[in-house]
Amino acid sequence: MKIVSKDILNQYGGVRIVRISVEAVGIARKAKAGQFVVLMTSEKGERVPLTIVGVDNKKGTIVLIFQEAGLTTKLLGQLNVGDSLYSLVGPLGHATEIKKYGKVIIVGGGVGIAEIYPVAQAFKQAGNKVTMILGARTKDILILEKELKEASDSLLIATDDGSYGKKGFTTDVLRELLAQDTYDLVYAVGPIPMMRNVAKTTRASGVKTMVSLNALMVDGTGMCGCCRVTVGGKTKFSCVDGPEFDAQLVDWDELLKRNAIYQENEKHICRLNNL
Amino acid sequence: MIKDPVKIKERSCQERSASFEEVVLGYGEEEALKEASRCIQCKNPTCISGCPVGIDIKKFIFHITKKDYAAAYATIREKNNFPSICGRVCPAEYQCRRKCVFTKKDEPFASERAINIHFLERFVGDFGKDNQLPVATHKDPVLSKLKVAVVGSGPAGLCAAGELARYGIKVDIFEALHKAGGVLQYGIPPFRLPRNILDFEIDYLKKLGVSIMPNVIIGRMQSLEELFKEGYAAIFLGLGAGTPSFLGVPGENLCNVYSANEFLTRVNLMSAYKFPEFHTPITIGKHMIVIGGGNTAMDAARVALRLQKMNNIPANTSIFYRRTETEMPARRLEIEHAKEEGVQFKLLVQPVKFSGDEKGNVKKLMCLQCKLGEPDASGRRRPVAVEGSDFEADCDVAIIAVGLNANTILTGVTPDLQLDKWGDIVVNQETMETSMKGVFAGGDIVGGEGTVIEAMGMAKKAARAITEYLKKL
Repeated sequence: MKIVSKDILNQYGGVRIVRISVEAVGIARKAKAGQFVVLMTSEKGERVPLTIVGVDNKKGTIVLIFQEAGLTTKLLGQLNVGDSLYSLVGPLGHATEIKKYGKVIIVGGGVGIAEIYPVAQAFKQAGNKVTMILGARTKDILILEKELKEASDSLLIATDDGSYGKKGFTTDVLRELLAQDTYDLVYAVGPIPMMRNVAKTTRASGVKTMVSLNALMVDGTGMCGCCRVTVGGKTKFSCVDGPEFDAQLVDWDELLKRNAIYQENEKHICRLNNL
Repeated sequence: MIKDPVKIKERSCQERSASFEEVVLGYGEEEALKEASRCIQCKNPTCISGCPVGIDIKKFIFHITKKDYAAAYATIREKNNFPSICGRVCPAEYQCRRKCVFTKKDEPFASERAINIHFLERFVGDFGKDNQLPVATHKDPVLSKLKVAVVGSGPAGLCAAGELARYGIKVDIFEALHKAGGVLQYGIPPFRLPRNILDFEIDYLKKLGVSIMPNVIIGRMQSLEELFKEGYAAIFLGLGAGTPSFLGVPGENLCNVYSANEFLTRVNLMSAYKFPEFHTPITIGKHMIVIGGGNTAMDAARVALRLQKMNNIPANTSIFYRRTETEMPARRLEIEHAKEEGVQFKLLVQPVKFSGDEKGNVKKLMCLQCKLGEPDASGRRRPVAVEGSDFEADCDVAIIAVGLNANTILTGVTPDLQLDKWGDIVVNQETMETSMKGVFAGGDIVGGEGTVIEAMGMAKKAARAITEYLKKL
């Protein structure tokens, strides 16, 4: 659980995106693309889920990338090399189903870009032709461009302000791609509004669209139901039934609202801790 | 000539319902002596048949009357590894006390006059703990060379570990959460089971040589096969009944509708009642409704009420239950305590729908009135909804406490493990051995939800069988 490396991938408007490697031999040995861990920074901390972005089996470490958005990620960002997490458990959730689909589009938005990295690598390795679309508000907050270029056959970028790549959203790029060619799978990770729009964009074409959800969790092992989402009219636990689901079947409105339950508590506790 | 039962000391309602301090304070020596003296030492005691682990109740009570508390302690520990825990959480009125000669045969639970066996057990258990009395071990030279893996650190896992360690077997317990104890840690609130009691029992196991590995999910980090490869000679699975059931009514996924497991885990395991000192939040409502009639429902309601009082919100917590109080599976003491503390009981009501506001927060609970019909498979009279009796209740936090299902995180990746139609593990009832050689199981993952002491009963049986199994290796 010791942090063995740390670097700041990005800093924009006072918000950092941080990458750490953590000693976790047992997790590293078993982790597959698409899975996550649940961690605590201290005995008083919350349990939060984070996607496993990379694995180094020789060193027995896993890589986590997070944006310092809430209290726990901010506290996590304060830890340095040599510090230990209080708790770390995984690998949790189903792994991404990796096989040869053919032509695959992978869409990553914001810090979701980190989460698509291992999935893109695995898809490429399985012989898929991977087209990547990365989205960010502006050029300066784009992360991992070089790594993802290597993990894909072609890489397209959209920025809200047009400072890099195409001006607009990832879905604008996606729409153009789908109009020009047929694809076998679309895989998206990012903010909920982005994933919802990806689902909307692909609906007409009928292409299978998978998303990895970021529901709130406590234990992460199916014990509490905090992460329940409605998928195809049925209640699913994101932690053990997911985190990946068919984008067309997800009740996005419900997920958005459930993820906002503790927004006020979060603001309050961040203020109290001067974070 | 039956003397009146000795009342147990309790923290006053006013004091306790705004804190998580223990409610029942236990017997002092004098009270214990008086209560023990009520036991008529039946020639053929029936109480023992009501104990899932078969404690020699008559004998330990006799030792109390002779003030030989060490002997009483040894008598209990012979059969029960955790008297201080069981004396606090056992539903004695359905078990030993129901079989006490002072309870009439057809009563649904123990008569008030039945000997307060559980309070006496607690007195003795705490005496042993406070005086650090040793527990008999019987190290076996052959078994001492072996190691056994226990998966899950709840009542079943802790009990199995204790039994095995007493033979000198090296036991490693693997726990998914960051703290050991299972339901004793995340489920039962500290005002029923203070955590120093749990810590003591866990420390005691460590002294016996048991290692506890938190943050390890067997089935994810390691398979059962890999555990065998690592040199474990046998495995005990005490996985618990880990997945909450929901009602399946519309609106159940609105914000602030919790499973009792989530609500209690946030408060008990994560200390959300100390937010913001502890970082896990919890929503405290003005109209909190708990649905269900078991111990978990009582725990959730009493926690909810405390949260309101501790945060200067007028106490308004209700339990909604489909049947009447008689059919409630909860311990009678918990029902009484909940009422005393101010939890309201709305009986014979069936929730049909939650509705919320534009933010997705729950605001109302629609219900139907019920009446009792014919008995169902459980022998309890089935609630029948009365048509046209629907009504709406204010509800800004709802807690669903209607039972649990098997967690599949390990069983789902272990195809050799035979399961029944509920997903519970099938075992040989004599040995608790599963369909996999050398793998034994007990607790709620076998046969569904039960009590702490029933889980321990199964664990003891399994531990005995494991030692037999190991001797033949």
